[in-house]
Amino acid sequence: MTTTKAWLRERSELGVSAVLVVLGVVVLVDALRIHTDFAQRGPVGPKAVPILVGSLLLLVAVLLARDVLRGGRGEAEGGEDVDLTAPADFRTVLLLCGAFLANAALIGVVGFPISGAVLFWGAAYALGSRHFVRDPLIAAGLSVATFLVFNNLLGVPLPGGPLMGVL
Amino acid sequence: MFQQLMDGFATALTPTHLAMAALGVLLGTAIGVLPGIGPAMAVALLLPVTYGLEPTGAFIMFAGIYYGGMFGGSTTSILLNTPGESAAVVAAIDGNPMARKGRGSQALAAAAIGHFIGGIIGTTMLVLLAPTVAKYAVDIGAPDFFAIMVLAFIAVTSVLGASRIRGVASLLIGLTIGLVGLDEMTGQQRLTFGSLHLADGIDVVIVAVALFAVGESLWVAAHLRRTTSEAIPVGRPWLGRADLKRAWKPWLRGPFIGFPFGAIPAGGAEIPTFLSYVAEKRLSKKHRDEFGKGAIEGVAGPEATASASAAGTLVSMLTLGLPTTAVAAVMLAAFQQYGIQPGPLLFQRESSLVWGLIASLFIGLTLLLVLNLPLAPLWAKLLRIPRPYLYAGILFFASVGAYAVNADVFDLLVMFVIGVLGFVMRRYGLPVLPAIIGVILGPAAEQQMRRALQLSDGDLVGLVNTPFAVVVYVIIAVLLFFPLIRKLVRPDKPASPDREKIDV
Repeated sequence: MTTTKAWLRERSELGVSAVLVVLGVVVLVDALRIHTDFAQRGPVGPKAVPILVGSLLLLVAVLLARDVLRGGRGEAEGGEDVDLTAPADFRTVLLLCGAFLANAALIGVVGFPISGAVLFWGAAYALGSRHFVRDPLIAAGLSVATFLVFNNLLGVPLPGGPLMGVL
Repeated sequence: MFQQLMDGFATALTPTHLAMAALGVLLGTAIGVLPGIGPAMAVALLLPVTYGLEPTGAFIMFAGIYYGGMFGGSTTSILLNTPGESAAVVAAIDGNPMARKGRGSQALAAAAIGHFIGGIIGTTMLVLLAPTVAKYAVDIGAPDFFAIMVLAFIAVTSVLGASRIRGVASLLIGLTIGLVGLDEMTGQQRLTFGSLHLADGIDVVIVAVALFAVGESLWVAAHLRRTTSEAIPVGRPWLGRADLKRAWKPWLRGPFIGFPFGAIPAGGAEIPTFLSYVAEKRLSKKHRDEFGKGAIEGVAGPEATASASAAGTLVSMLTLGLPTTAVAAVMLAAFQQYGIQPGPLLFQRESSLVWGLIASLFIGLTLLLVLNLPLAPLWAKLLRIPRPYLYAGILFFASVGAYAVNADVFDLLVMFVIGVLGFVMRRYGLPVLPAIIGVILGPAAEQQMRRALQLSDGDLVGLVNTPFAVVVYVIIAVLLFFPLIRKLVRPDKPASPDREKIDV
């Protein structure tokens, strides 16, 4: 059991193949559903390219799986703030996703100045910043300033929410 | 043409437009200097700033952002030894040792002036070349365009990156995203799953910001380096007589290496900056042993090359609608945002906009030099930004940008999903650029192919019935079989596991 797990862990890139297979199947199924009997102009209808892309997705999924099974590995991307020797820290990633989705959930309800501040503070917290006075202040300042600059100065509307109704 | 350029300057030199160019340069440099943010991400993040502006003003600002972002990247390279983008990798080789020896000011000055000279020469070549290319490109038809786009697909997957199969996988993911929405020719829904939000397709800006900004933030979060390297403090950039004497020739040579590479598919700045570095090392007789330890030529040449290559990128972007780099891909998305389709007709239909943009490239470069030399110490301070704030800020502005496109929460969710995809791609070595190129060029390539086949009544010969298309397909064949040819020439190399041929 543990050996199977270890084997899979070593070859987790097979998951990418699986994603490609799923994508390919979705694209193909969706393409076959398109009715082409009417409205088609020219010899090539709206089906052809999706069928080509879907088939290629399946083909590449197989080739990638073969590559992984033969020992090929995708090289994880490096970067100036990236330490690849450390194991992946999924707690941080999940917290960050939470902060991002919180903004999406709140923006329509409480407006951008508040939801944006939640996003910034949440993300900074997730990434390890623990200044409980400075962080929310920066978040609120950035959020309100961005709102004013975009909404009032640049003419890009953002939802103000109840807070801006008061001010 | 000269008259049009002068008209362009008249457009660009109004006080409002001048202010926008200055703002663009400052914003572009400030964002580009931030560690972890390359020019493509800088441009993508700053896109929403221009949404409320009229097209001419927006693109004038954009020109400033573009060159500012490029310049900002090299500052990071020199002072932190951590290039924010591939074009600035070479600048770190000698720039950082210079900074560590206390010659940071000179390195920054060599880079700034190199950018200025490279940009001016590159943009001049753009002025001379682009209208001619556009004039010939007007006559090329659907099969030719399709061939060029196939070339872009093949080049981006097989020239760049370590693994061809992973590049192709990335391209196909991009093509799939590009399929979402109504089919332009018949109005049939594809991959919309009945959702009205998806019927208009997924905005390229959202895809770009998701892959570059959200994907990168999540990826960095998983492996955040807890101890960040210290930036080297620096004073006001200046150059002494001895340095000037060493740097002026590399400045002038670089652009002629960079410009042509910028204009070809998958060219970009990586290869030419490296070539320029090697060339300067070869040509330097007195200081050859200094290379790698802080030779000013090794900063001056590649930086001028990178800047000229950025101008070269604009030739194929403006005249053919063909993005050759990630930044160009984002710029193309910006054009589409305004309903403007770059291509051969752009110079006729949007003449004042194009020439205004070109004129503001010259103005932006000049502002860049004037503003950035005195502001360099300030930019250097930006390198010390705490990493939690930096990546929180990236996510924050990515959200602003995605939401501002349509004022729709659905777009934030789409961006999140594609951002997670970007994370997975980084983890498993799938390059991001092919996906972006696929999203942008995929729909256009499909239209051209269908148009070509319509003309030939479904006969596949319709795709290869022009000499131009045939030449392009020969180039594609060479690219495809290059690994095979190399293996025949040097058979002793062990077979790499990713040498699959791709069915086009």
